[in-house]
Amino acid sequence: MTLELKSIGKSVGAEVHIHPTDLTLEAGSFNILLGTTLAGKTTLMQLMAGIERPTSGEVWFGGQNVTGVAVQKRNVSMVYQQFINYPNYSVFENIASPLRVARLPAAEIKKRVGDMAELLKLSAMLDRRPSELSGGQQQRTALARALVKDSDLVLLDEPLANLDFKLREELRDELPRLFSDRNCIVVYATTEPTEALLFGGNTATLMEGRVTQFGPTGDLYRQPNDLVSARVFSDPPMNVAPVRKTGSEIVFGGDVRWPAGERFQSLADGEYLFGVRPHHVTPMRKSDAAVPVEGRVLVTELSGSESVVHFEINDIPWVSQSHGIHAFDVGASATLYLDITEAFYFDGEGRRITTAAPQGH
Amino acid sequence: MAKITLDDLRHSYMPNPTAEDDWALKQLDVDWEDGGAYALLGPSGCGKTTLLNIISGLLRPSHGRVLFDGKDVTDLPPDQRHIAQVFQFPVVYDTMTVYDNLAFPLRNRGVAEADVDKRVREIAELTDLTETLNVRAAGLTADGKQKISLGRGLVRTDVNVVMFDEPLTVIDPHLKWQLRSKLKELHQRVGVTMIYVTHDQIEALTFADQVVVMNLGEVVQIGTPVDLFERPQHTFVGHFIGSPGMNVMPCEVSGGNAYVNGVRVEAANAHACAADAKGLEIGVRPEFVSFADDGLPVRVTKVSDAGRFQIVDASHDGGSIKLLVAEGDEIPADTAKLKFDSAHTQVYDGGWIVGAKGGAA
Amino acid sequence: MNKTVNQKAWLFVVPVVLLVAFNAIIPLMTVVNYSVQETFGDNTFFWAGVLWFEQVLNSERFHDSLMRQIIFTATILAIEVPLGVAIALTMPRKGVWVPVCLVLMALPLLIPWNVVGAMWNIFALPEIGLLGRMLNGIGFDYNFTRQPEDAWFTLILMDVWHWTSLVVLLSYAGLVSIPDAYYQAAKIDGAGGWAIFRHIQLPKMKRVLTIAILLRFMDSFMIYTEAVVLTGGGPGNSTTLLSIDLVKIALGQFDLGPAAAMSLIYFLIILLVSWVFYTLMMRNEQQ
Repeated sequence: MTLELKSIGKSVGAEVHIHPTDLTLEAGSFNILLGTTLAGKTTLMQLMAGIERPTSGEVWFGGQNVTGVAVQKRNVSMVYQQFINYPNYSVFENIASPLRVARLPAAEIKKRVGDMAELLKLSAMLDRRPSELSGGQQQRTALARALVKDSDLVLLDEPLANLDFKLREELRDELPRLFSDRNCIVVYATTEPTEALLFGGNTATLMEGRVTQFGPTGDLYRQPNDLVSARVFSDPPMNVAPVRKTGSEIVFGGDVRWPAGERFQSLADGEYLFGVRPHHVTPMRKSDAAVPVEGRVLVTELSGSESVVHFEINDIPWVSQSHGIHAFDVGASATLYLDITEAFYFDGEGRRITTAAPQGH
Repeated sequence: MAKITLDDLRHSYMPNPTAEDDWALKQLDVDWEDGGAYALLGPSGCGKTTLLNIISGLLRPSHGRVLFDGKDVTDLPPDQRHIAQVFQFPVVYDTMTVYDNLAFPLRNRGVAEADVDKRVREIAELTDLTETLNVRAAGLTADGKQKISLGRGLVRTDVNVVMFDEPLTVIDPHLKWQLRSKLKELHQRVGVTMIYVTHDQIEALTFADQVVVMNLGEVVQIGTPVDLFERPQHTFVGHFIGSPGMNVMPCEVSGGNAYVNGVRVEAANAHACAADAKGLEIGVRPEFVSFADDGLPVRVTKVSDAGRFQIVDASHDGGSIKLLVAEGDEIPADTAKLKFDSAHTQVYDGGWIVGAKGGAA
Repeated sequence: MNKTVNQKAWLFVVPVVLLVAFNAIIPLMTVVNYSVQETFGDNTFFWAGVLWFEQVLNSERFHDSLMRQIIFTATILAIEVPLGVAIALTMPRKGVWVPVCLVLMALPLLIPWNVVGAMWNIFALPEIGLLGRMLNGIGFDYNFTRQPEDAWFTLILMDVWHWTSLVVLLSYAGLVSIPDAYYQAAKIDGAGGWAIFRHIQLPKMKRVLTIAILLRFMDSFMIYTEAVVLTGGGPGNSTTLLSIDLVKIALGQFDLGPAAAMSLIYFLIILLVSWVFYTLMMRNEQQ
């Protein structure tokens, strides 16, 4: 079954929470909503679930208009950032609760809860109360409860955000496997670009209540439509700087210049924004095409396996992220290399320039 | 500013600890140099917060001494230790302006108002709070409030050590970057001893010159980020640090060579193993595993795109193994052979690295 | 077309609407009805307009009892709020003594109001009451049934005994909700006890204190049972507070019109003061 949002929007008073959005999610797909806090991820999910009623547009599910149908009457599950379980139920009863509501026979419930507990590694603690579990186990219980009833739509609202780093990594690894043989639509909200990348599937980038782009995760990462999507989908933040194209060259900061290359040769002369991800700015020259830039080092962070150098050129802050240990003194001048083959160019409105076709004006 | 010494430190929340598990903090002897940046890293419940509270004077250790510059401060209350602390959830005095917040510790100590003003403006400049000095602190965002907490610590000229208790927990990911590098930058500028407690390896590794890895109330390894990454003393460190963590698999050693599933692999310390050792394991980080023409035969089961690299899951007869491959590099479709970088492959006995004194315990 | 949750939700509100209607609106309308009419007791009514309101507002008797009421409420608020906060500050925040303290504090609140009045009446009797005998024993000429000052003293003491606990419990709830980190930060910043109270505890208690003051204002402004049982409004009219006066007019003299007008004025005063107070506190909060 397919979930279709048809120019769905949500305003409260004069405040627009979600701008009119069209989105089609296919059965069996894993979809990520990526954006910062307050970008509108949770509201969009609530509109999908029917917890919130849209102020404009329609929600269609499986070819039927379900706008306004109560969430109880839809086959929807939701998992939240907070670990939400029934505190006075055992883990077993917590997982069984949606099945009890559906009045399934006891034997069936027992079997399905058992299977689900097995899958989520909860078999040993079925008799315990949520308060006796670790954070990771509590969130596993909430996940099990969401999955046990075979929902058509599973909404996961930053479910790993409150977990320890390593637990997050572990559950992140397991999640796609849990959905691999299901035919439901999964929607997963996160603030972390890396998490979106690791899950794959499709990603929608959100910014201030607007879905800026939607598509297969890898494509969106490598071919953002505009500066906003590229920024949302970049961790550490993408480096952005103004450049000027004159003739066959791109000029940055007055003295740094490089050839526009075959792709951008025919671009009209003028001002553009140049964007490059931190890992394409490196202290070591990776290819002959890389362009050296001089910067003043603000701070170097060494993590043991990689180096993050914060520096500035003409008062614009830059970040470089690279493998290995590259230490610089604060305030020192450093040469870093821009991998311009991996860089993006944006026009005055922030749209990415994709074509080498001559600009008419 | 001070050098911090933890001498024969132990702590239990029970009146009469007997069993090993009764100790929330097991034997600890550490010297922290004046002006260093240190991190306490471990999963929840590992004892790092206990240790932090002992250093700050909020908790009296059941055994051992805390020395600042050789002076015993074990029985001194927090306000006499000249420390500063930034908490997980921002603590600001809501009713005061940012200026009054920063001035508070000085006014409490009866500093002349002219000196207070000078010092507050100086610190506001450092922590980027100059613009908001006259705003009520309650109105600031979470990262602004954390800067106030930090500023309140730094404003005193007599501060021995600034401690951070998971200070980025409530900060949005894209702001985490900024605040994190700001802390690092501040450390380099003011040169005061800083201790940073976290479960997040990235925060710990990028911030600290020396990281103390803790597990179950015990220090597992103290070392530079590079040490922890390249030569984990214990499989726990290997697993806990790095994302994904170190691969650990059973192996056999004979004649100075290590064997996994009967296939010979080179390990840096294989020669140091006792001839008849049982239950040995080999540990190698995903960063140091690569595809090769000859080596451990595996089947590729999953490839995740992490943007700047790919995480490959491969299975072999004895289990599974992860490796990292650069963005855009070719990955064999099904069967392949893996090579380990011998300089970064180690044999572990009972969890501890073979051939070196195990950890601090 | 499908029904939405929102429409159904209204059903759940119906019982409350009915309850409020029976509880408040209908009786209130009856009072409004009486306040604008004249009756001679035989169920015939004449339109009186604002006559009763004018009469009440111009009567010295109403001015006196209103003044007494204001003095009473102001006094008990001035005593109970600081005292309640002070007691809450001294109560343990952790450990085995917490439940003991809480139960002890809650005890006066559990005693029915007429019993409180009767208890204090006996307790304070100059000849046989413990308090009365004691005060006279140490040289005070104390008799609350004859001397107005003594009656006031006893009345206020009774109210403080009965209701300070409410302020204590609410303040305590505010205090325990302050995270430890705030105290730790204050210790590290070298803040003393007063600074901690002024900059951490008081701001964090503000919400509950607002509620406590509102409740105490409304309750004390409407105090009837305890006062009537203790002093009956006397000696003379010295402790005749608004509600006591109201009952005297309505039931003693059966002047339903003036009594109804007085009730409405009374009601409007409480509403107005509560609203102004609440708005001020909330506006302060938002700044």
